[in-house]
Amino acid sequence: MIKVENLTKRYGGFTAVNGISFEVGKGEIVGFLGPNGAGKSTTMRMLSCYLPPTSGRAEIAGFDVFKDSLKARERIGYMPEHVPLYNDMRVVEYLRYRAALKGVRGRRMKERLTDVMDLCGLRDVERKLVGNLSKGYRQRVGLADAMVHEPDLLILDEPTIGLDPNQIRQVRELIKNLGRHHTILISTHILPEVELTCSRVLIINRGRIEASDAPENLRARLRATGDVRLEVRVPDPDHAKAALLSVAGVRGAEVVEEGEWTTFSLGIEIGADPRESIYGLVKDRQWSLRELSRERVTLEDVFADITHPDEA
Amino acid sequence: MRKFFTLWTREVAVYFRSPTAYVILFFFLLLTGFNFYATVNAMNQAPVRISVVEAYFNTVFFWFGFVVPFPLITMRLFAEEYKLGTIEPLMTAPVRDLQVLLAKYLSAVFFYVVLWAPSMLYFVVFQWQAQISAAPAVGPYLGAYAMLLLLGLFYLSIGCLASALTRNQVVAAIISFAAIALLFYWGFYSRWFPNVSPALRDLTDYLSAVQHMATFSQGLLDTRPVVFYLSMTFLVLFATYQVFQYRRWKV
Repeated sequence: MIKVENLTKRYGGFTAVNGISFEVGKGEIVGFLGPNGAGKSTTMRMLSCYLPPTSGRAEIAGFDVFKDSLKARERIGYMPEHVPLYNDMRVVEYLRYRAALKGVRGRRMKERLTDVMDLCGLRDVERKLVGNLSKGYRQRVGLADAMVHEPDLLILDEPTIGLDPNQIRQVRELIKNLGRHHTILISTHILPEVELTCSRVLIINRGRIEASDAPENLRARLRATGDVRLEVRVPDPDHAKAALLSVAGVRGAEVVEEGEWTTFSLGIEIGADPRESIYGLVKDRQWSLRELSRERVTLEDVFADITHPDEA
Repeated sequence: MRKFFTLWTREVAVYFRSPTAYVILFFFLLLTGFNFYATVNAMNQAPVRISVVEAYFNTVFFWFGFVVPFPLITMRLFAEEYKLGTIEPLMTAPVRDLQVLLAKYLSAVFFYVVLWAPSMLYFVVFQWQAQISAAPAVGPYLGAYAMLLLLGLFYLSIGCLASALTRNQVVAAIISFAAIALLFYWGFYSRWFPNVSPALRDLTDYLSAVQHMATFSQGLLDTRPVVFYLSMTFLVLFATYQVFQYRRWKV
């Protein structure tokens, strides 16, 4: 669906995007991650045919964004950062105008307007002026606009920025549902969101793609696997510690809290999951067990590791 | 064509949705109405050899009222879209740059026509009340309104260019006002400095809006100003097109 080769954008002397290449297949939901100023928005603007690339090329559904720009644009639904909208129009008016611009007409117009307004929960504000809407509703109008012409590809630049947690969850659900029919490229700062919605993550930093993989694989790539937390009642913590260290796959043990119950934090070797053996040990020694859990490595760790390699 | 019409309709609607349009229309009507009254009043004082139409379109009041609305009509066109960022969704929709430019420009032309249309009523009222025609034939009417349109086309294109240059509406208004005023006053050059060389005098007369209006409102047709205004309009719109595209290369 998207094919990018050596795409570069320079603003004067500053290189915002530096020769990136990637591909996105049909039906994928790809998360586009990176710190502020990494080149996310610039890349998305080039893909949506708003900015011409300095060099390199990008294709949307087989159409070059520069040479076949109109055809490419017909296949894209783009929602820019901060969702600029005409404040002087009513919601339904705005969507009708946008749909007409994108070539929706006749009976299909009515259908599409009803569909997107239902999907984005805009029914109760359809007669309101866009300028009077809350941030969350504006975001939904932007989203409705992006998909009103049933594009093959949705490009969403920070669709959940500035929303409250409930709204974020609603938008996330919406995006997940859209993923059944559309290819989606979504940029965001909110990492759990990517983990929940995306099948693949692209991490961009200083104009270059640093990683491209499924969220699970990215997590696995990280040196440290999640620690195991164990809360037990033991007669002698030091003794227990030695016993735990002898379990295969455990490479370190630390006592975090002592008292009636002792809490251990166990370092685990890469790829290993010794929780079953640990439970075996606990049962063997007849310790009382209150908690045995594994901390998940979040994408935040991956993100920090990749974008600031020296601090990790 | 359909997309152009969609764009144009929206641009026209913006004018009539905002209260500023009605403020401009109201005060403009007041100004031109007063101007008409003053013209007829002055002609009543002493016998004159010119028609009401000719007199109306050649007073200093007319010209003052004529120049002021251009920056107000055009400053919004591009500058506001740049400022609000709405240019981004607009230009990522499958529309051509030229469609957007022409829709914006022609919506301004439409508003300009609406602005001047009521002035025709003055002559109707005059004829009805005074029982004499405001002009000896249809020629002066046609000539005066044709010149009004030609000047409008040109000056609106200047405003359009100014608006495409900046994201600040006030800056756009100042640029277009300065450019239009400069062009306009240039026509007086040979009047203020009578002993300029004949070549320069010819040039300033050739460019003088006042001169053109004087000719046309007598019902005389001169093709030179027609060619001049149409070609200049085309040129300025072409420049606007280039600026509009260039801004995205640069942004």
